[in-house]
Amino acid sequence: MMSPGDFLAMGGYGFYVWGSYLAAAVLLGIEIVAVLARRKAARPAARGEIAENTA
Amino acid sequence: MASTLNWFKYASPASFYSLARKLAPWFAAFAALCAVIGLSLGLVLAPTDAQQGEAYRIIFIHVPAAWMSMFIYLVLAFWSAVSLVFNTRLSAMMGQALAPTGALFTLIALWTGALWGKPTWGTYWAWDARMTSELILLFLYLGYMALRNAIDDPRRADRASALLALVGAVNVPIIYFSVTWWNTLHQGASVSLTAAPRMAWIMLSGMLVMALAAWLYTIAMSLIRIQAIILEREYRATWIGQLELA
Repeated sequence: MMSPGDFLAMGGYGFYVWGSYLAAAVLLGIEIVAVLARRKAARPAARGEIAENTA
Repeated sequence: MASTLNWFKYASPASFYSLARKLAPWFAAFAALCAVIGLSLGLVLAPTDAQQGEAYRIIFIHVPAAWMSMFIYLVLAFWSAVSLVFNTRLSAMMGQALAPTGALFTLIALWTGALWGKPTWGTYWAWDARMTSELILLFLYLGYMALRNAIDDPRRADRASALLALVGAVNVPIIYFSVTWWNTLHQGASVSLTAAPRMAWIMLSGMLVMALAAWLYTIAMSLIRIQAIILEREYRATWIGQLELA
């Protein structure tokens, strides 16, 4: 059974393997947060345009 | 059209908005599920590679990201062609919704490729045909988005960016076939439909499940982004004003 330390070391390639996985996770995380924020900001309630549209 | 499903119904931004809103959480949930399965296969269950040791595990991100970077561009070019020919708003919005995710996967493919290149080839970067054409793909995505943002009139932005996307589509077969047309540092195709897989089945299945996760993720992200784009572009429409009241 592999120990957590061995898992993180990745046979000496930890920097390359985790550098890849971490960068991908961070970039996808940024996209998810940004796209949800964009949708929220685009909703009429956020724009304060309900009154104008329904008047 | 009562007896058949009317697909043209969803060519209207208003009805596509509610469809996208219903579907997006499902695609996101299945993407997360596939990512968990794919990561378990790739990081835990797949054995160490005889030649590359553990460094090969970068494949489970690198190959799905590289596939998506090319595939999203082809879909972007398809919707650009549809929007130029039929002058439909929704198809242009589709392209607009896909481009950022495509750029992101291109960046991930380049980044993970560099981190894989160093331990296996001894260099982070080489100006070989595969890597250079993938870098050009990133610039095409960024150019597409920058061109859109530079033009104030959305309909003119649609046409200009669609044209750019179509011209740039030439680059996709160049990326894909670069490893056979030129003598590249990058290796040949990892998976072929005609040849038996050269990988252990558990490595292959991990890679394919991660590719499926990337697919579902892309669909989820573009379905959420297109809702934002529809709201941003159609905000004068009465149905949008009624959204919050319903």
